[in-house]
Amino acid sequence: MAEPLLRVENLVCRFGGVVATDHVSLDVHSGELHAIIGPNGAGKTTLISQLTGQLLPHSGTVHFAGQDITRLAAHRRSRLGLARSFQITSLLPDFTAADNVALAAQAHDGHSFRFWGNARKERGLRETAQSALSRVGLGHRGDTVVSELSHGEQRELELAVALATRPQLLLLDEPMAGLGATESARMVTLLQELRREVTIVLVEHDMNAVFALADRITVLVYGRVIACDVPAAIRGHDEVKRAYLGDQHVVTRHD
Amino acid sequence: MSASLNTRTIIVALVVAGLLLLPVYTTLSGNVFGLTVFTRIIIYALAAASLNLIMGYGGMMSFGHAAYLGIGGYAVGILAHEGIGSGFIQWPVALVASALFALVIGALSLRTRGVYFIMITLAFAQMAYYVASGLARYGGDDGLTIYKRSDFGGLIDLSNRVQFYYLCLFCLLGGIYLIWRIVNSRFGMVVQGLRSNERRMQAIGFPVNRYRLVCFVISGTICGLAGALLANNTDFVSPAAMYWTRSGDLMVMVILGGMGSLFGPVLGTIAFLLLEEALSQFTEYWALVMGPMLLLIVLFARGGIDGMLGRPRRG
Repeated sequence: MAEPLLRVENLVCRFGGVVATDHVSLDVHSGELHAIIGPNGAGKTTLISQLTGQLLPHSGTVHFAGQDITRLAAHRRSRLGLARSFQITSLLPDFTAADNVALAAQAHDGHSFRFWGNARKERGLRETAQSALSRVGLGHRGDTVVSELSHGEQRELELAVALATRPQLLLLDEPMAGLGATESARMVTLLQELRREVTIVLVEHDMNAVFALADRITVLVYGRVIACDVPAAIRGHDEVKRAYLGDQHVVTRHD
Repeated sequence: MSASLNTRTIIVALVVAGLLLLPVYTTLSGNVFGLTVFTRIIIYALAAASLNLIMGYGGMMSFGHAAYLGIGGYAVGILAHEGIGSGFIQWPVALVASALFALVIGALSLRTRGVYFIMITLAFAQMAYYVASGLARYGGDDGLTIYKRSDFGGLIDLSNRVQFYYLCLFCLLGGIYLIWRIVNSRFGMVVQGLRSNERRMQAIGFPVNRYRLVCFVISGTICGLAGALLANNTDFVSPAAMYWTRSGDLMVMVILGGMGSLFGPVLGTIAFLLLEEALSQFTEYWALVMGPMLLLIVLFARGGIDGMLGRPRRG
């Protein structure tokens, strides 16, 4: 099999005495949609943050497209083509939607030590922004200030920002968090389309969405991978069932 | 929106026109004092505008900005004292010295955020203050008298009040134009994005501290120019120019005028220094009146004077 796009090996991250990531190994292949699920506190966001560089692991390695990125700074990883969306919406609230996306495009268009020309009038950046906005269905909201967008629109904008960096790998941390049923359905449709263009790692609580979308699912409990398989196999997996029924003590005694 | 925007534009235009025409009035009426007051206001407005670049647009609350006033001033004063009177040497030295100081303290203090950043910039400025106080050769605590203003050959005569006034006004308007270009450029978008959400800016691929540092240096350099002007205006430079209360005054001018507004610092400085001038006629405890006023502004008019004139709030 070809070299995976993302290879995580024996990743460990501790917060004091708590082992939030416990020897996690994981491969994500080019073109797949790989979901990571697990009960609250399983360490999903911690794992994502180590992949994008907001957190550094204590041991283990992360390889992206063949390159060791374990200790690389967050902004350098973004340059390599790794984009993330945040579980708790993290945008530039006092900028317009178009500005948010244009800045993401700007970040990947050489350095920004350009002091003179008006950035808001640069057609290249504006067009990239507009097409990313249209991609997520926000084409008509470009001039709206982010703080005036609805929660659902902000979640979509998170995606547009990530897309504007032209990523190879999209790490989505609970894109459905806080969305209503209709909005969730729209997001699933959107992800169905995006998965054809980009490799996606999806952390999500919405099981219907995960099982509808994922090629493979990794299950994380107490920082440890207890299963990694195709959706059908995960559905029938005993340990996973137990974890989701709340009987987690059984799981911790595993190994 | 257009109505309030117009009021605002009209007031800014009136202020600029007033500043441009002021020497005509003072010459005709023989009111030299007015020109002196406004020369000082314009110089401080330039300093406040430079602080606004990092504080208002960049979200970097520097509490040591007066250090550059002192460094620019001492560059002029020390060179004059050593017999180098040419402004073509003094002023570039003032700018470079300010830029280097900003580079060093910026590189160290930009590792911190929030209150720590405020405290570290304050500490560095106080260090500059004590170093200046220790310069026995250049007057130490008492300061340094400058016997001859910077000499620009036949180009401009700084001893001529009107010419000097216009030079200061030119620097102010030039500085504001520069800041306007910067904040709307790609660089300016990054700096304002950092004020808004640093984590997000990192995640989309910006090496954040590099941009912050460059902005910090630009701001310090512009303020160093204000320092060179100030030393020429008072024919004197002393450690007091860098004292922390002076940094505080600059912050008040920016907040009073409206953070992150292009002309806000000018309006804020005019309001602050005219109030100080007027109130100190009645009482030496003028700060007792100024304090509560500032409190009211911070509590009820976050956008400062420019905000009251109807500036739309957005990035």
